[in-house]
Amino acid sequence: MTEEIIIAGFGGQGVLSMGKILAYSGIMQDQEVSWMPSYGPEMRGGTANVTVIISDERISSPVLTRFDTAIILNQQSMDKFESQVKPGGTLLYDPNGITHHPTRKDINIYRVEGARLAAESGNPKIFNMIILGGFLKVKPVVKLENIEKGLQKSLPPRHHSMIPMNIEAVRMGMEHIETINQL
Amino acid sequence: MSEIKLMKGNEVIAEAAIRCGCDGYFGYPITPQSEVMETLMLRKPWEETGMVVLQAESEIASINMVYGGAACGKKVMTSSSSPGVSLMQEGLTYIAGAELPCLVVDVVRGGPGLGTIQPAQSDYFQATKGGGHGDYHLIVLAPASVQEMNDFVSLGFDLAFKYRNPAMILADGVIGQMMEKVELSPYKPRWTEEEIEKISGSWALTGKKKNRDRHIVTSLELDAHRQEVFNEKLQRKYREIEQNEVRFEKIGCDDAEYLFIAYGSSARICQKSIELARQEGIKVGLLRPITLYPFPTQAIAEMADRTKGMLTVEMSAGQMVEDVRLAVNGKTRVEHYGRMGGVVPTPEEIVEALKANFKL
Repeated sequence: MTEEIIIAGFGGQGVLSMGKILAYSGIMQDQEVSWMPSYGPEMRGGTANVTVIISDERISSPVLTRFDTAIILNQQSMDKFESQVKPGGTLLYDPNGITHHPTRKDINIYRVEGARLAAESGNPKIFNMIILGGFLKVKPVVKLENIEKGLQKSLPPRHHSMIPMNIEAVRMGMEHIETINQL
Repeated sequence: MSEIKLMKGNEVIAEAAIRCGCDGYFGYPITPQSEVMETLMLRKPWEETGMVVLQAESEIASINMVYGGAACGKKVMTSSSSPGVSLMQEGLTYIAGAELPCLVVDVVRGGPGLGTIQPAQSDYFQATKGGGHGDYHLIVLAPASVQEMNDFVSLGFDLAFKYRNPAMILADGVIGQMMEKVELSPYKPRWTEEEIEKISGSWALTGKKKNRDRHIVTSLELDAHRQEVFNEKLQRKYREIEQNEVRFEKIGCDDAEYLFIAYGSSARICQKSIELARQEGIKVGLLRPITLYPFPTQAIAEMADRTKGMLTVEMSAGQMVEDVRLAVNGKTRVEHYGRMGGVVPTPEEIVEALKANFKL
């Protein structure tokens, strides 16, 4: 199993940390992982993206242009990455701020209203975990228990009290995913 | 087994330095390697092992602090990126000329000039051919993973002390910025005064003892003939390094008709290109130089007899390709594919370049 994922959105949406939690969870279940961020001027206000690979085998290139899954959180990233999903692959997006919705017919398309759900819950910080939940519902590459272990590893102990809230957000995303196009 | 962690290449350099018993780090921040000093400052190794971490006023100051520390037989290092490493070249040639060990980490970014902050490999010539003035070489290690960022800190110091010569880790923005699984090395204590005396007592400035002559660390010699004798000694050392320290990795070479030659992150991307090309029935392998100086000349020459062509893939206009052509000596066709200025080649375009160059 190899899952090649791009997560792309605005800086501040938690794109890089979502990738980090995913990568850590991969390590928790003994898999190979890589996490390659954009670190150019775009991360200083603008779009941010990270390529995460989880695999049973040694990972070749950490830099990719074709993805099994694209998790897209703003319009600029939609414009850039919709075409880079492999045929038969998966595109998951948050419709908040999206004006041109994905149109491809050869990929699975799902949406999670992460921004709305996070705002309604009164805690906008859980946005990325809701999105992550949506992803794990359709691509269970890591187990929920390993997400929890991954959070314990990646968060400093003073933030461990927030882990249950984050796991709850993952569950919320799993429940609220909508199918737009299913192959 | 040590603990498995998820870390950035740059963070691992810092952690590995502390763990291998490094005595001092002197640096000046620059993207894409600022996390090296950032991590050191957060870790506060001066409280733990006594290692000095100092932000100098410039790269020129950093390398001269390294020069001073190295002259005392200490394990000292610096890190920077391309424009900063250019500023260090004077210090490096002095350190090589004074035959001192040290470690320099260069996380290369796009040039020339201030260039870009994105990954590049356009400092191969500077790293492997000397870089500063005079006939000298650095020992150059090219990591292709975060694990190798860990492993090569200790290896770099070992080689530097073995040959009393500066060693360099030549990484790039991809290897510095990405996170991978890493098994950190166990802690080694810093050398005691007695150990330094034992290891480097024949040359290091450890304070003149009554029963021995003064030690003089210098790269100055006013007599041309004596300078030539010294240069011949240096050259004998480089031949010895070329004899003993070549390191490389072969992937998919057994049945290969074509060969990628690539180091660092380009070598990682080429591994994906191999997967893609082999799906199309193109038998291609990879030879990855791990030491760029000494270069795996012999290994490449041996492959030349067995392959129809070689493609070097570098994030530059084509620098290592010159060494590959010298190694091959006309026995097979050698072409180059590169992207410049901070653009990272994609696995697909490398396959296209292979097909276009060799009419596949």
